[in-house]
Amino acid sequence: MKVPLTLTVNGVAYPLEVEPSTTLLRAVREHVGLTGAKEGCDDSECGVCMMLLDSRPVNACSYLALQAEGRAVTTVEGLAADGGLSPLQQAFLEHGGVQCGFCTPGMLISATTLLAKHPNPTEEEVRIGLSGNLCRCTGYDGIVKAVLSVAAAGK
Amino acid sequence: MTQSYTAAESVDGALAALGSGARPVAGGTDLVVGARQGKAPLPDSIVAIHRLAELRGVDLDGDTIRVGALTTHEEIAEHTLVLERLTALADAAAIVGSHATRAQGTLGGNLMNASPAMEVGGPLMCLGAAVTLRSQAGERSVAVADLFAGPGKTTATPGELLTEVAVPLPHAVTGSCYARLEYRQQMEIAVVGATAVVRFVGNRIEAAKVAITALAPTVRLVPAAEAALVGSDGGRAAAELAAQAAAEASEPISDVRASEAYRRAMAAVLTRRAIEAAVARAHGVSVPVPASRFLHGAG
Repeated sequence: MKVPLTLTVNGVAYPLEVEPSTTLLRAVREHVGLTGAKEGCDDSECGVCMMLLDSRPVNACSYLALQAEGRAVTTVEGLAADGGLSPLQQAFLEHGGVQCGFCTPGMLISATTLLAKHPNPTEEEVRIGLSGNLCRCTGYDGIVKAVLSVAAAGK
Repeated sequence: MTQSYTAAESVDGALAALGSGARPVAGGTDLVVGARQGKAPLPDSIVAIHRLAELRGVDLDGDTIRVGALTTHEEIAEHTLVLERLTALADAAAIVGSHATRAQGTLGGNLMNASPAMEVGGPLMCLGAAVTLRSQAGERSVAVADLFAGPGKTTATPGELLTEVAVPLPHAVTGSCYARLEYRQQMEIAVVGATAVVRFVGNRIEAAKVAITALAPTVRLVPAAEAALVGSDGGRAAAELAAQAAAEASEPISDVRASEAYRRAMAAVLTRRAIEAAVARAHGVSVPVPASRFLHGAG
């Protein structure tokens, strides 16, 4: 039985109808049509589905869409401002933080929240902070360098 | 398949829904994952309680620290009162899942999920915490040590909602620590965990509590370990005896994450490290939170 839901994603309100069991990830990908956030493990292990819910990170594969009613959802698409990439997105490109790109949306959301909380992290803090996001390509080095470069630029 | 979903606007509204057979969801971090893994299908009827602001927050009320059921792990791990007085609970809350889990997952949900590997159970048991269970019929207080009935099972009835965790303010010269063995720094659950709380008078331990995690069907207190510590100076010899008692009280399983023999061996190691860090903290020595990360390679 479908239930009406107004889901606000990246500042736009989408009127939807979803099953009560629909996850936030499925609602955003299949109902809203924003496919930046990915389904990886679908089990809260890999972090590729990560979004922001009222500015705090959530593994959207493990959250009911209906619980996001009245709250602000931000996906990787919402990080780019004014048609340009965010400093973190640009840094990922420049430092080789992207290879296949599958983990990148979650990694960017995760790094965004990390820097919001710790604007000046050590390398160890970056590595620990991002260890809920798995990457099978880069060996993490480019990703860590990208995050640290944005932190250094913000000093 | 879930047929009905409501978002409660009041605790009474939530209790009425529970009384009609609905199951609660807060952060969703266990419920949704559990359904997908086939552990338990999503309930037919769900009442979301995440909007109940009155169930959220950490407050000092006389000699009791009250933690609302909807307080997130992140809020607990960063709260000054918890860091200073309930340090083992901060150690535990700081390593639940990843920062996404800690931002959404709640203390009440974690306790009621009743995993034998949960991080916060040992610290709360050792600190003498009790939970408030409310239903339409009234409310009762249950010690955390009496809350768990088995893996995924509690002594609460289906109509009851955990609304608050009350922790007695520890004596000033108390040190506590929760340490776990882990393979990964986030999105990990304890392979083996141990909690120690020690209270000193002069240079002697006057009271102690030790609990083991992921080593039995529930998180469990180890009275024999406590007996080994009380009256001692909390030094290596006493810590070794207590650690041995913790290993002997273990009934670990073999699974994909560790064998029974390895878990039992590590029970002693983790217990000793937790005791040593708790003793150090009682003496005013700073051991960073979360202790697990710091204690790796501690010997």
